[in-house]
Amino acid sequence: MPLSKENIFDLLSGIPDPEIPVITIQELGVLRKVELTSDGCEVTITPTYTGCPAMQMIEDQIREILRDNGILNVSVKMTYSPAWTTDWLSAEAKDKLRKYGIAPPLSSMDTVAFIQCPHCSSFNTEIISDFGSTSCKGLYRCNDCKEAFDYFKTH
Amino acid sequence: MTKQEALFTYLLRLGDNALVMGHRLSEWSSFAPILEEDLALTNIALDHIGRAQALLKYAAEIEGKGRTEDDLAYKRPERQFLNVLLVEQPNGDFASTIARQIFHSAFELQLFEALSKSKDETLSGLAARCLKEVKYHWRHAFDWLQRLGDGTEESHERMQKGIDDLWMYSGELFEIDDVEAMLIEEGIAVDNSAFYDKWNALISEALSSATITRPEEGAYMQTGGRKGVHTENLGFILAEMQYLPRAYPDAKW
Repeated sequence: MPLSKENIFDLLSGIPDPEIPVITIQELGVLRKVELTSDGCEVTITPTYTGCPAMQMIEDQIREILRDNGILNVSVKMTYSPAWTTDWLSAEAKDKLRKYGIAPPLSSMDTVAFIQCPHCSSFNTEIISDFGSTSCKGLYRCNDCKEAFDYFKTH
Repeated sequence: MTKQEALFTYLLRLGDNALVMGHRLSEWSSFAPILEEDLALTNIALDHIGRAQALLKYAAEIEGKGRTEDDLAYKRPERQFLNVLLVEQPNGDFASTIARQIFHSAFELQLFEALSKSKDETLSGLAARCLKEVKYHWRHAFDWLQRLGDGTEESHERMQKGIDDLWMYSGELFEIDDVEAMLIEEGIAVDNSAFYDKWNALISEALSSATITRPEEGAYMQTGGRKGVHTENLGFILAEMQYLPRAYPDAKW
């Protein structure tokens, strides 16, 4: 029986983000939509950042998984609208980030920014730089446990 | 000029600004004063190059002659690049780079805010995405402007010099011509001249709080980049950026 678009979406939902492998591209909100075409399917993804170097790898992984499932004619469409936002991350996804050592993004509605240390849960933290190891993260320091940590920036 | 030709030119102007700015910032890689700053400037460079890729890809689609974003970036000569003169100016010292960033980021805040309401869905979507990135770029430049301007005697002097030297390239940001006029009517392009006042207010306040003297109104302004007439700096950028694809055409990574 041929795969439905829901089946395909489920298959692709398991792909881990190349840079933060504890969450999937579905949890991150990069995977937007799957549509069937006459002889294959069209997958729509949205980049987290315009310069995100992981997008090509994500596209390659989508093609690979679909090929393994017998779907050869795949087009991957990149959309910028609606613009990706960290508000799409679920509470579970944020919890996974925290356990991995990355402070999860605050809601874009939050006006006061207290960033919690993912190691010791202290709010006594300070920013080192708005720009960190990847486009989506900034660098912070905890004044209690003295550990430096990544913060997934609100976007 | 058809609407298609106007849109192609408009996209080149936006895309080339992003590409040349991204390339300039990437030159700081491994040369910034501290490691965190190295990461910051190259992250900002990456945002610009990603943006350039999306804009030039769209430009190539609109042109419809089978060119790709790489063809547009690597195979056009200097006179066909339509970026403003500001973004091709050399990095200079760190203060000079921050001066360029403060002018450029304040401009992009207005540009992408307005462009996110464009009737062209590709442009409005991309602009909404870019606006989120530019807010961080602005904050970065603003923080450094304060620290250098209101820092030591030497840092103040260098910051003031950076602002003074680059001021004459700020006027071109707000120019429009027939290309924009045609697209503004269609609700596609935005009128840069309309947000000069906002830019001016933002810049004046930022400079004043950093104890930097704002250059005087009515100063002589350089122009030409948007029509392909550049300072000598662009040629050197292209020589480096285009060397590999020109020496080894169609080389694959």
